[in-house]
Amino acid sequence: MARASVRSGRAAVRPFLRLFVAPAVLCALGFAAALAAVMQYSLRAYVPGSLEAGGFTLANFAALIRPLYARVFLDTVWICFLTASFTLIVGYPLAYALVHARNVALKSAILVIAVTPLFLGEVVRTYSWIVVLGNNGFLNSMLLKLGLVDAPMQFMFTEFGVITALVHVTLPVMVIMLAAALSHIDRDYERAAASLGAGPIRVFLTVTLPLSTPGIIAGVTTAFAWTFSAFATPQLIGGGRVNMVANLVYQLGFASFNFPFAASLSVAGLILTFAVLALMRAAASPLERIRQH
Amino acid sequence: MPLPKLLRLLGGATVTAILGFILLPALVVTLAAFNSRAILSFPPESWSWRWFVKAIAYDDFQAGVRNGLIVTAWASSIALVVGAAFAFALDRYEFRLKRTLETILLSPLVVPHFTIGLGFLILAAQLGFARGYSVIVACHVVLVLPFVLRSVYISLRNLDPRLELAAASLGASPGRVLITVTLPLLLPGLVSGWLFAAILSFNEFTASLFVTVQRTQTLPVALYNYVREYADPSMAAISVMYIVATATVLTLANAFLGLAKVLNVEHAR
Repeated sequence: MARASVRSGRAAVRPFLRLFVAPAVLCALGFAAALAAVMQYSLRAYVPGSLEAGGFTLANFAALIRPLYARVFLDTVWICFLTASFTLIVGYPLAYALVHARNVALKSAILVIAVTPLFLGEVVRTYSWIVVLGNNGFLNSMLLKLGLVDAPMQFMFTEFGVITALVHVTLPVMVIMLAAALSHIDRDYERAAASLGAGPIRVFLTVTLPLSTPGIIAGVTTAFAWTFSAFATPQLIGGGRVNMVANLVYQLGFASFNFPFAASLSVAGLILTFAVLALMRAAASPLERIRQH
Repeated sequence: MPLPKLLRLLGGATVTAILGFILLPALVVTLAAFNSRAILSFPPESWSWRWFVKAIAYDDFQAGVRNGLIVTAWASSIALVVGAAFAFALDRYEFRLKRTLETILLSPLVVPHFTIGLGFLILAAQLGFARGYSVIVACHVVLVLPFVLRSVYISLRNLDPRLELAAASLGASPGRVLITVTLPLLLPGLVSGWLFAAILSFNEFTASLFVTVQRTQTLPVALYNYVREYADPSMAAISVMYIVATATVLTLANAFLGLAKVLNVEHAR
Protein backbone atom coordinates (compact mmCIF):
# COMPACT_ATOMS: atom_id res chain seq x y z
CA MET A 1 0.00 0.00 0.00
CA ALA A 2 2.67 2.42 1.07
CA ARG A 3 4.91 1.34 -1.79
CA ALA A 4 2.09 1.77 -4.30
CA SER A 5 1.42 5.30 -3.13
CA VAL A 6 5.11 6.14 -3.34
CA ARG A 7 5.20 4.86 -6.88
CA SER A 8 2.08 6.72 -7.94
CA GLY A 9 3.37 9.82 -6.14
CA ARG A 10 6.55 9.65 -8.18
CA ALA A 11 4.59 9.22 -11.38
CA ALA A 12 2.36 12.16 -10.52
CA VAL A 13 5.36 14.51 -10.40
CA ARG A 14 6.09 13.96 -14.07
CA PRO A 15 2.99 12.52 -15.71
CA PHE A 16 3.27 11.56 -19.41
CA LEU A 17 7.04 12.21 -19.46
CA ARG A 18 7.98 9.07 -21.37
CA LEU A 19 4.96 9.18 -23.63
CA PHE A 20 5.70 12.81 -24.57
CA VAL A 21 9.44 12.51 -25.07
CA ALA A 22 9.53 9.19 -26.95
CA PRO A 23 8.29 10.53 -30.34
CA ALA A 24 10.80 13.38 -30.15
CA VAL A 25 13.58 10.89 -29.46
CA LEU A 26 12.48 8.92 -32.52
CA CYS A 27 12.64 12.04 -34.72
CA ALA A 28 16.04 13.00 -33.33
CA LEU A 29 17.33 9.49 -34.07
CA GLY A 30 16.00 9.63 -37.63
CA PHE A 31 17.66 12.99 -38.21
CA ALA A 32 20.91 11.80 -36.65
CA ALA A 33 20.81 8.68 -38.84
CA ALA A 34 20.42 10.86 -41.96
CA LEU A 35 23.40 13.01 -40.98
CA ALA A 36 25.39 9.88 -40.13
CA ALA A 37 24.58 8.51 -43.60
CA VAL A 38 26.05 11.66 -45.18
CA MET A 39 29.17 11.39 -43.04
CA GLN A 40 29.58 7.73 -43.80
CA TYR A 41 29.23 8.36 -47.56
CA SER A 42 31.73 11.21 -47.41
CA LEU A 43 34.39 8.66 -46.52
CA ARG A 44 33.55 6.22 -49.33
CA ALA A 45 35.16 5.90 -52.74
CA TYR A 46 33.30 6.96 -55.88
CA VAL A 47 32.66 4.16 -58.37
CA PRO A 48 32.03 5.85 -61.75
CA GLY A 49 28.89 4.69 -63.47
CA SER A 50 27.47 3.13 -60.32
CA LEU A 51 25.20 4.40 -57.56
CA GLU A 52 26.95 2.12 -55.09
CA ALA A 53 29.83 3.60 -53.12
CA GLY A 54 33.15 1.81 -52.81
CA GLY A 55 35.50 1.25 -49.86
CA PHE A 56 36.62 3.76 -47.25
CA THR A 57 38.91 6.56 -48.34
CA LEU A 58 39.94 10.11 -47.47
CA ALA A 59 40.31 11.06 -51.13
CA ASN A 60 37.07 13.09 -51.16
CA PHE A 61 38.28 15.42 -48.46
CA ALA A 62 41.71 15.69 -50.07
CA ALA A 63 39.99 16.83 -53.29
CA LEU A 64 38.21 19.62 -51.43
CA ILE A 65 41.37 21.73 -51.21
CA ARG A 66 41.70 21.83 -55.00
CA PRO A 67 41.41 25.50 -56.06
CA LEU A 68 38.17 24.85 -57.98
CA TYR A 69 36.31 23.70 -54.86
CA ALA A 70 38.11 25.88 -52.33
CA ARG A 71 37.08 28.84 -54.48
CA VAL A 72 33.39 27.90 -54.28
CA PHE A 73 33.66 27.62 -50.50
CA LEU A 74 35.28 31.05 -50.20
CA ASP A 75 32.70 32.60 -52.56
CA THR A 76 29.88 31.01 -50.57
CA VAL A 77 31.15 32.32 -47.23
CA TRP A 78 31.64 35.78 -48.75
CA ILE A 79 28.12 35.83 -50.21
CA CYS A 80 26.68 34.63 -46.88
CA PHE A 81 28.59 37.33 -45.02
CA LEU A 82 27.41 40.11 -47.35
CA THR A 83 23.83 38.84 -47.33
CA ALA A 84 23.70 38.60 -43.52
CA SER A 85 25.17 42.11 -43.16
CA PHE A 86 22.80 43.73 -45.66
CA THR A 87 19.84 41.88 -44.17
CA LEU A 88 20.72 43.28 -40.75
CA ILE A 89 20.98 46.83 -42.11
CA VAL A 90 17.65 46.55 -43.94
CA GLY A 91 15.91 44.54 -41.22
CA TYR A 92 16.73 46.68 -38.20
CA PRO A 93 14.67 49.77 -39.10
CA LEU A 94 11.74 47.55 -40.02
CA ALA A 95 11.88 45.60 -36.74
CA TYR A 96 12.18 48.87 -34.83
CA ALA A 97 9.16 50.32 -36.63
CA LEU A 98 7.20 47.10 -36.03
CA VAL A 99 7.82 47.21 -32.28
CA HIS A 100 7.42 50.97 -31.84
CA ALA A 101 4.45 51.63 -34.14
CA ARG A 102 1.52 52.91 -32.08
CA ASN A 103 -1.13 52.52 -34.77
CA VAL A 104 -2.50 48.95 -34.63
CA ALA A 105 -3.38 48.77 -38.34
CA LEU A 106 0.09 50.01 -39.32
CA LYS A 107 1.66 47.44 -36.99
CA SER A 108 -0.37 44.59 -38.50
CA ALA A 109 0.44 45.77 -42.03
CA ILE A 110 4.19 45.89 -41.33
CA LEU A 111 4.04 42.47 -39.69
CA VAL A 112 2.12 40.75 -42.50
CA ILE A 113 4.23 42.37 -45.25
CA ALA A 114 7.47 41.54 -43.45
CA VAL A 115 6.54 37.94 -42.69
CA THR A 116 4.70 36.84 -45.85
CA PRO A 117 7.86 36.28 -47.96
CA LEU A 118 9.04 33.72 -45.39
CA PHE A 119 6.14 31.49 -46.40
CA LEU A 120 6.39 31.90 -50.17
CA GLY A 121 9.13 29.41 -50.81
CA GLU A 122 12.44 29.93 -52.53
CA VAL A 123 11.31 29.12 -56.07
CA VAL A 124 8.44 31.61 -56.27
CA ARG A 125 10.54 34.37 -54.74
CA THR A 126 13.51 33.67 -56.98
CA TYR A 127 11.31 33.64 -60.08
CA SER A 128 9.80 36.97 -59.02
CA TRP A 129 13.28 38.45 -58.78
CA ILE A 130 14.13 37.14 -62.25
CA VAL A 131 11.13 39.09 -63.55
CA VAL A 132 12.44 42.19 -61.75
CA LEU A 133 16.13 41.85 -62.64
CA GLY A 134 16.08 40.24 -66.12
CA ASN A 135 17.39 42.00 -69.22
CA ASN A 136 13.85 42.87 -70.32
CA GLY A 137 12.61 42.77 -66.74
CA PHE A 138 10.96 45.49 -64.71
CA LEU A 139 14.06 47.32 -63.48
CA ASN A 140 15.69 47.55 -66.90
CA SER A 141 12.41 48.62 -68.55
CA MET A 142 12.09 51.44 -66.03
CA LEU A 143 15.73 52.50 -66.38
CA LEU A 144 15.43 52.52 -70.19
CA LYS A 145 12.12 54.44 -70.12
CA LEU A 146 13.51 57.05 -67.78
CA GLY A 147 16.53 57.37 -70.08
CA LEU A 148 18.97 56.57 -67.28
CA VAL A 149 20.68 53.88 -69.35
CA ASP A 150 20.99 53.25 -73.09
CA ALA A 151 21.22 49.47 -72.95
CA PRO A 152 19.87 46.98 -70.37
CA MET A 153 22.11 46.60 -67.35
CA GLN A 154 23.30 43.14 -66.46
CA PHE A 155 21.73 42.16 -63.11
CA MET A 156 21.15 38.48 -63.83
CA PHE A 157 24.07 36.08 -63.41
CA THR A 158 25.83 38.57 -61.13
CA GLU A 159 26.67 38.50 -57.44
CA PHE A 160 24.63 41.68 -57.05
CA GLY A 161 21.50 39.97 -58.36
CA VAL A 162 22.01 36.87 -56.22
CA ILE A 163 22.64 38.87 -53.04
CA THR A 164 19.63 41.16 -53.65
CA ALA A 165 17.32 38.14 -53.88
CA LEU A 166 19.01 36.42 -50.92
CA VAL A 167 18.55 39.50 -48.71
CA HIS A 168 14.86 39.37 -49.61
CA VAL A 169 14.78 35.69 -48.63
CA THR A 170 16.41 36.13 -45.21
CA LEU A 171 14.75 39.44 -44.28
CA PRO A 172 11.59 37.99 -42.61
CA VAL A 173 13.47 35.78 -40.18
CA MET A 174 15.85 38.65 -39.35
CA VAL A 175 12.90 40.97 -38.66
CA ILE A 176 11.20 38.35 -36.45
CA MET A 177 14.34 37.80 -34.38
CA LEU A 178 15.19 41.51 -34.05
CA ALA A 179 11.60 42.40 -33.18
CA ALA A 180 11.49 39.64 -30.55
CA ALA A 181 14.58 41.13 -28.89
CA LEU A 182 13.41 44.76 -29.25
CA SER A 183 9.97 44.04 -27.84
CA HIS A 184 11.43 42.50 -24.71
CA ILE A 185 13.50 45.59 -23.85
CA ASP A 186 11.96 47.39 -20.91
CA ARG A 187 10.85 50.81 -22.22
CA ASP A 188 11.68 52.32 -18.83
CA TYR A 189 15.39 52.16 -19.66
CA GLU A 190 14.84 54.28 -22.75
CA ARG A 191 12.58 56.67 -20.83
CA ALA A 192 15.13 56.96 -18.03
CA ALA A 193 17.89 57.84 -20.49
CA ALA A 194 15.66 60.39 -22.19
CA SER A 195 14.63 61.98 -18.89
CA LEU A 196 18.30 62.37 -17.99
CA GLY A 197 18.68 64.50 -21.10
CA ALA A 198 19.86 62.05 -23.79
CA GLY A 199 18.58 62.88 -27.27
CA PRO A 200 16.75 60.25 -29.35
CA ILE A 201 19.89 59.27 -31.29
CA ARG A 202 21.90 58.90 -28.10
CA VAL A 203 19.14 56.87 -26.43
CA PHE A 204 19.13 54.54 -29.43
CA LEU A 205 22.90 54.15 -29.63
CA THR A 206 23.60 53.75 -25.91
CA VAL A 207 20.47 51.95 -24.69
CA THR A 208 18.31 50.33 -27.39
CA LEU A 209 21.04 49.07 -29.71
CA PRO A 210 23.21 47.40 -27.03
CA LEU A 211 20.16 45.82 -25.39
CA SER A 212 19.08 44.31 -28.72
CA THR A 213 22.38 42.43 -29.28
CA PRO A 214 20.86 38.99 -28.58
CA GLY A 215 18.42 39.60 -31.45
CA ILE A 216 21.21 40.83 -33.72
CA ILE A 217 23.31 37.73 -33.02
CA ALA A 218 20.37 35.36 -33.49
CA GLY A 219 19.33 37.16 -36.69
CA VAL A 220 22.78 37.33 -38.26
CA THR A 221 23.65 33.71 -37.49
CA THR A 222 20.33 32.46 -38.85
CA ALA A 223 20.63 34.64 -41.96
CA PHE A 224 24.14 33.28 -42.52
CA ALA A 225 23.01 29.66 -42.15
CA TRP A 226 19.96 30.15 -44.39
CA THR A 227 22.02 31.78 -47.10
CA PHE A 228 24.47 28.91 -46.94
CA SER A 229 21.53 26.58 -47.46
CA ALA A 230 20.07 28.53 -50.42
CA PHE A 231 19.93 26.59 -53.65
CA ALA A 232 17.30 27.89 -56.08
CA THR A 233 18.42 31.52 -55.85
CA PRO A 234 22.09 31.06 -56.78
CA GLN A 235 21.09 28.35 -59.28
CA LEU A 236 18.51 30.39 -61.21
CA ILE A 237 19.76 33.96 -60.75
CA GLY A 238 23.45 33.00 -60.67
CA GLY A 239 22.89 30.80 -63.72
CA GLY A 240 26.13 28.86 -63.24
CA ARG A 241 28.21 32.02 -63.00
CA VAL A 242 27.68 32.47 -59.26
CA ASN A 243 28.30 29.06 -57.69
CA MET A 244 27.56 28.21 -54.10
CA VAL A 245 28.19 24.97 -52.19
CA ALA A 246 24.54 23.91 -52.50
CA ASN A 247 24.75 24.05 -56.30
CA LEU A 248 27.95 22.05 -56.37
CA VAL A 249 26.43 19.36 -54.12
CA TYR A 250 23.37 19.04 -56.34
CA GLN A 251 25.42 19.00 -59.53
CA LEU A 252 27.75 16.30 -58.20
CA GLY A 253 24.86 14.22 -56.93
CA PHE A 254 22.44 14.43 -59.82
CA ALA A 255 24.60 15.23 -62.86
CA SER A 256 27.65 13.06 -62.14
CA PHE A 257 26.06 10.72 -59.53
CA ASN A 258 29.19 11.22 -57.44
CA PHE A 259 27.31 10.95 -54.16
CA PRO A 260 30.41 10.31 -52.02
CA PHE A 261 31.98 13.59 -53.11
CA ALA A 262 28.65 15.42 -52.77
CA ALA A 263 28.47 14.02 -49.23
CA SER A 264 31.97 15.18 -48.34
CA LEU A 265 31.12 18.67 -49.62
CA SER A 266 28.03 18.60 -47.41
CA VAL A 267 30.04 17.54 -44.39
CA ALA A 268 32.60 20.28 -45.05
CA GLY A 269 29.72 22.76 -45.41
CA LEU A 270 28.20 21.56 -42.15
CA ILE A 271 31.51 21.94 -40.30
CA LEU A 272 32.02 25.38 -41.82
CA THR A 273 28.49 26.50 -40.85
CA PHE A 274 28.95 25.41 -37.25
CA ALA A 275 32.43 26.94 -37.08
CA VAL A 276 31.11 30.30 -38.29
CA LEU A 277 28.14 30.14 -35.90
CA ALA A 278 30.43 29.30 -32.97
CA LEU A 279 32.78 32.12 -33.97
CA MET A 280 29.94 34.65 -34.12
CA ARG A 281 28.59 33.55 -30.74
CA ALA A 282 32.07 33.71 -29.20
CA ALA A 283 32.68 37.16 -30.65
CA ALA A 284 29.38 38.31 -29.23
CA SER A 285 29.57 36.82 -25.76
CA PRO A 286 31.36 39.80 -24.16
CA LEU A 287 28.43 41.91 -25.40
CA GLU A 288 26.03 39.39 -23.89
CA ARG A 289 27.78 39.72 -20.57
CA ILE A 290 27.35 43.49 -20.62
CA ARG A 291 23.65 42.93 -21.08
CA GLN A 292 23.44 40.84 -17.95
CA HIS A 293 24.38 43.84 -15.76
CA MET B 1 12.60 71.62 -37.85
CA PRO B 2 13.02 69.97 -34.42
CA LEU B 3 15.18 66.85 -34.39
CA PRO B 4 12.59 64.28 -33.22
CA LYS B 5 10.20 65.27 -36.00
CA LEU B 6 12.95 65.12 -38.61
CA LEU B 7 14.00 61.71 -37.32
CA ARG B 8 10.43 60.44 -37.50
CA LEU B 9 10.12 61.65 -41.11
CA LEU B 10 13.43 60.04 -42.06
CA GLY B 11 12.45 56.85 -40.26
CA GLY B 12 9.09 56.79 -42.01
CA ALA B 13 10.75 57.22 -45.40
CA THR B 14 13.26 54.43 -44.65
CA VAL B 15 10.57 52.02 -43.53
CA THR B 16 8.43 52.83 -46.57
CA ALA B 17 11.40 52.16 -48.85
CA ILE B 18 12.09 48.81 -47.16
CA LEU B 19 8.44 47.76 -47.38
CA GLY B 20 8.63 48.73 -51.06
CA PHE B 21 11.67 46.49 -51.52
CA ILE B 22 9.76 43.57 -49.94
CA LEU B 23 6.64 44.15 -52.04
CA LEU B 24 8.40 44.95 -55.34
CA PRO B 25 8.81 41.38 -56.67
CA ALA B 26 5.22 40.50 -55.77
CA LEU B 27 3.84 43.56 -57.56
CA VAL B 28 6.04 43.09 -60.61
CA VAL B 29 5.18 39.40 -60.93
CA THR B 30 1.47 40.34 -60.77
CA LEU B 31 1.94 42.74 -63.68
CA ALA B 32 3.76 40.03 -65.61
CA ALA B 33 1.04 37.44 -64.91
CA PHE B 34 -1.70 39.55 -66.51
CA ASN B 35 0.38 40.43 -69.56
CA SER B 36 -1.27 38.78 -72.56
CA ARG B 37 2.01 38.40 -74.46
CA ALA B 38 4.47 35.61 -73.74
CA ILE B 39 7.42 37.98 -73.62
CA LEU B 40 7.94 40.30 -70.66
CA SER B 41 7.18 43.97 -71.20
CA PHE B 42 6.56 46.72 -68.67
CA PRO B 43 3.98 48.03 -68.52
CA PRO B 44 2.06 45.27 -70.36
CA GLU B 45 0.41 46.38 -73.63
CA SER B 46 -2.68 44.23 -73.16
CA TRP B 47 -4.13 42.23 -70.31
CA SER B 48 -5.46 38.71 -70.04
CA TRP B 49 -6.24 35.79 -67.74
CA ARG B 50 -4.89 33.17 -70.10
CA TRP B 51 -1.69 32.37 -68.16
CA PHE B 52 -3.80 31.58 -65.11
CA VAL B 53 -5.91 29.18 -67.18
CA LYS B 54 -2.79 27.56 -68.59
CA ALA B 55 -1.11 27.25 -65.19
CA ILE B 56 -4.16 25.62 -63.60
CA ALA B 57 -4.50 23.17 -66.48
CA TYR B 58 -0.82 22.14 -66.48
CA ASP B 59 -0.51 18.46 -65.47
CA ASP B 60 2.77 18.74 -63.54
CA PHE B 61 1.41 21.59 -61.42
CA GLN B 62 -1.77 19.64 -60.65
CA ALA B 63 0.25 16.57 -59.66
CA GLY B 64 2.57 18.83 -57.65
CA VAL B 65 -0.34 20.27 -55.67
CA ARG B 66 -1.72 16.77 -55.03
CA ASN B 67 1.63 15.34 -53.91
CA GLY B 68 2.33 18.47 -51.90
CA LEU B 69 -0.97 18.23 -50.04
CA ILE B 70 -0.40 14.55 -49.20
CA VAL B 71 3.10 15.24 -47.86
CA THR B 72 2.07 18.43 -46.05
CA ALA B 73 -0.96 16.85 -44.35
CA TRP B 74 1.14 14.01 -42.95
CA ALA B 75 4.27 16.00 -42.13
CA SER B 76 2.55 18.91 -40.39
CA SER B 77 0.23 16.67 -38.36
CA ILE B 78 3.05 14.38 -37.22
CA ALA B 79 5.24 17.38 -36.43
CA LEU B 80 2.36 18.93 -34.45
CA VAL B 81 1.89 15.87 -32.22
CA VAL B 82 5.61 15.25 -31.73
CA GLY B 83 6.45 18.93 -31.27
CA ALA B 84 3.58 19.77 -28.91
CA ALA B 85 4.30 16.77 -26.67
CA PHE B 86 7.99 17.58 -26.56
CA ALA B 87 7.40 21.29 -25.92
CA PHE B 88 5.21 20.30 -22.96
CA ALA B 89 7.97 18.08 -21.57
CA LEU B 90 10.56 20.82 -22.17
CA ASP B 91 8.49 23.40 -20.33
CA ARG B 92 7.51 21.25 -17.35
CA TYR B 93 10.14 18.66 -16.65
CA GLU B 94 13.83 18.10 -16.14
CA PHE B 95 15.11 14.88 -17.65
CA ARG B 96 18.32 13.36 -18.88
CA LEU B 97 19.70 14.64 -22.20
CA LYS B 98 17.00 17.34 -22.29
CA ARG B 99 19.31 20.03 -23.72
CA THR B 100 20.95 17.59 -26.17
CA LEU B 101 17.58 16.48 -27.50
CA GLU B 102 16.40 20.07 -27.78
CA THR B 103 19.58 21.09 -29.64
CA ILE B 104 19.29 18.20 -32.10
CA LEU B 105 15.64 18.92 -32.87
CA LEU B 106 16.21 22.68 -33.30
CA SER B 107 19.35 22.24 -35.42
CA PRO B 108 17.51 21.81 -38.77
CA LEU B 109 17.08 25.61 -38.53
CA VAL B 110 20.80 26.03 -39.23
CA VAL B 111 21.85 22.78 -40.92
CA PRO B 112 21.87 23.35 -44.71
CA HIS B 113 18.77 21.81 -46.28
CA PHE B 114 20.79 20.17 -49.04
CA THR B 115 22.67 18.23 -46.35
CA ILE B 116 19.41 17.07 -44.78
CA GLY B 117 17.93 16.16 -48.17
CA LEU B 118 21.05 14.27 -49.20
CA GLY B 119 21.10 12.47 -45.85
CA PHE B 120 17.53 11.23 -46.15
CA LEU B 121 18.15 10.23 -49.77
CA ILE B 122 21.19 8.12 -48.86
CA LEU B 123 19.45 6.70 -45.79
CA ALA B 124 16.39 5.67 -47.81
CA ALA B 125 18.62 4.07 -50.45
CA GLN B 126 20.57 2.15 -47.81
CA LEU B 127 17.47 0.95 -46.01
CA GLY B 128 16.28 -0.24 -49.39
CA PHE B 129 12.84 1.28 -49.54
CA ALA B 130 11.75 2.91 -52.75
CA ARG B 131 11.65 6.66 -52.83
CA GLY B 132 8.00 7.03 -51.94
CA TYR B 133 6.13 9.51 -49.78
CA SER B 134 7.47 8.18 -46.47
CA VAL B 135 10.99 9.56 -47.01
CA ILE B 136 9.64 12.97 -48.01
CA VAL B 137 7.30 13.03 -45.00
CA ALA B 138 10.10 12.01 -42.57
CA CYS B 139 12.38 14.67 -44.04
CA HIS B 140 9.71 17.37 -43.79
CA VAL B 141 8.80 16.44 -40.19
CA VAL B 142 12.40 17.05 -39.15
CA LEU B 143 12.52 20.34 -41.09
CA VAL B 144 9.31 21.88 -39.69
CA LEU B 145 9.56 20.53 -36.14
CA PRO B 146 11.58 23.54 -34.81
CA PHE B 147 8.74 25.89 -35.81
CA VAL B 148 6.07 23.81 -34.03
CA LEU B 149 8.30 23.50 -30.97
CA ARG B 150 8.86 27.24 -30.81
CA SER B 151 5.22 28.13 -31.33
CA VAL B 152 3.83 25.69 -28.72
CA TYR B 153 6.62 26.45 -26.25
CA ILE B 154 5.84 30.19 -26.37
CA SER B 155 2.14 29.47 -25.72
CA LEU B 156 3.04 27.24 -22.78
CA ARG B 157 5.20 30.00 -21.32
CA ASN B 158 2.34 32.50 -21.58
CA LEU B 159 -0.12 30.11 -19.94
CA ASP B 160 -1.25 30.87 -16.40
CA PRO B 161 -0.27 27.81 -14.27
CA ARG B 162 -2.89 28.72 -11.65
CA LEU B 163 -5.65 27.52 -13.96
CA GLU B 164 -4.14 24.02 -14.03
CA LEU B 165 -3.51 24.09 -10.28
CA ALA B 166 -7.13 25.08 -9.66
CA ALA B 167 -8.38 22.14 -11.73
CA ALA B 168 -5.98 19.74 -10.00
CA SER B 169 -6.92 20.98 -6.53
CA LEU B 170 -10.57 20.36 -7.35
CA GLY B 171 -9.65 16.72 -7.90
CA ALA B 172 -9.01 16.44 -11.65
CA SER B 173 -6.46 13.78 -12.62
CA PRO B 174 -3.36 14.89 -14.59
CA GLY B 175 -4.88 13.47 -17.77
CA ARG B 176 -8.12 15.33 -17.21
CA VAL B 177 -6.28 18.61 -16.48
CA LEU B 178 -4.30 18.16 -19.69
CA ILE B 179 -7.36 17.54 -21.85
CA THR B 180 -9.86 19.93 -20.30
CA VAL B 181 -7.61 22.82 -19.23
CA THR B 182 -4.14 22.80 -20.82
CA LEU B 183 -5.03 21.75 -24.37
CA PRO B 184 -7.90 24.24 -24.84
CA LEU B 185 -5.70 27.06 -23.52
CA LEU B 186 -2.92 26.02 -25.89
CA LEU B 187 -5.22 25.90 -28.91
CA PRO B 188 -3.98 29.15 -30.53
CA GLY B 189 -0.37 27.99 -30.20
CA LEU B 190 -1.24 24.54 -31.55
CA VAL B 191 -3.17 25.93 -34.51
CA SER B 192 -0.45 28.41 -35.41
CA GLY B 193 2.27 25.80 -34.97
CA TRP B 194 0.41 23.44 -37.28
CA LEU B 195 -0.24 26.27 -39.75
CA PHE B 196 3.45 27.27 -39.88
CA ALA B 197 4.46 23.65 -40.28
CA ALA B 198 1.94 23.12 -43.08
CA ILE B 199 2.92 26.27 -45.01
CA LEU B 200 6.64 25.58 -44.66
CA SER B 201 6.29 21.94 -45.65
CA PHE B 202 4.19 22.83 -48.69
CA ASN B 203 6.89 25.29 -49.75
CA GLU B 204 10.00 23.29 -48.88
CA PHE B 205 12.15 23.11 -51.96
CA THR B 206 15.84 22.28 -51.55
CA ALA B 207 15.44 19.16 -49.41
CA SER B 208 12.41 18.05 -51.47
CA LEU B 209 14.48 18.26 -54.65
CA PHE B 210 16.75 15.55 -53.24
CA VAL B 211 14.11 13.18 -51.87
CA THR B 212 11.38 13.39 -54.54
CA VAL B 213 11.25 11.58 -57.85
CA GLN B 214 9.24 12.49 -60.96
CA ARG B 215 6.19 10.61 -59.63
CA THR B 216 6.23 12.20 -56.17
CA GLN B 217 7.46 15.70 -56.95
CA THR B 218 5.86 18.43 -54.87
CA LEU B 219 4.75 21.80 -56.25
CA PRO B 220 7.97 23.77 -55.59
CA VAL B 221 9.97 21.08 -57.40
CA ALA B 222 7.52 21.12 -60.32
CA LEU B 223 7.78 24.92 -60.42
CA TYR B 224 11.57 24.76 -60.41
CA ASN B 225 11.61 22.31 -63.31
CA TYR B 226 9.18 24.55 -65.20
CA VAL B 227 11.26 27.71 -64.71
CA ARG B 228 14.33 25.92 -65.99
CA GLU B 229 12.60 24.83 -69.19
CA TYR B 230 10.04 27.48 -70.08
CA ALA B 231 9.92 31.25 -69.86
CA ASP B 232 6.22 31.97 -70.37
CA PRO B 233 4.20 33.86 -67.73
CA SER B 234 2.34 30.72 -66.47
CA MET B 235 4.91 30.72 -63.72
CA ALA B 236 4.04 34.34 -62.94
CA ALA B 237 0.36 33.38 -62.78
CA ILE B 238 0.97 30.55 -60.34
CA SER B 239 3.27 32.81 -58.28
CA VAL B 240 0.41 35.32 -57.98
CA MET B 241 -1.96 32.59 -56.79
CA TYR B 242 0.66 31.52 -54.26
CA ILE B 243 1.22 35.05 -52.98
CA VAL B 244 -2.51 35.79 -52.69
CA ALA B 245 -3.21 32.49 -50.88
CA THR B 246 -0.31 32.91 -48.45
CA ALA B 247 -1.06 36.56 -47.68
CA THR B 248 -4.74 35.68 -47.09
CA VAL B 249 -3.87 32.85 -44.69
CA LEU B 250 -1.42 35.06 -42.80
CA THR B 251 -3.83 37.99 -42.58
CA LEU B 252 -6.50 35.64 -41.21
CA ALA B 253 -3.98 34.11 -38.81
CA ASN B 254 -3.07 37.59 -37.66
CA ALA B 255 -6.72 38.51 -37.10
CA PHE B 256 -7.69 35.33 -35.24
CA LEU B 257 -4.50 34.15 -33.58
CA GLY B 258 -2.52 37.35 -33.13
CA LEU B 259 0.57 36.74 -35.24
CA ALA B 260 2.66 39.13 -33.11
CA LYS B 261 2.11 37.06 -29.99
CA VAL B 262 2.71 33.77 -31.79
CA LEU B 263 6.01 35.02 -33.23
CA ASN B 264 6.95 36.42 -29.82
CA VAL B 265 7.53 39.90 -31.27
CA GLU B 266 5.19 41.50 -28.75
CA HIS B 267 5.12 41.49 -24.99
CA ALA B 268 2.38 39.22 -23.61
CA ARG B 269 1.29 42.07 -21.31
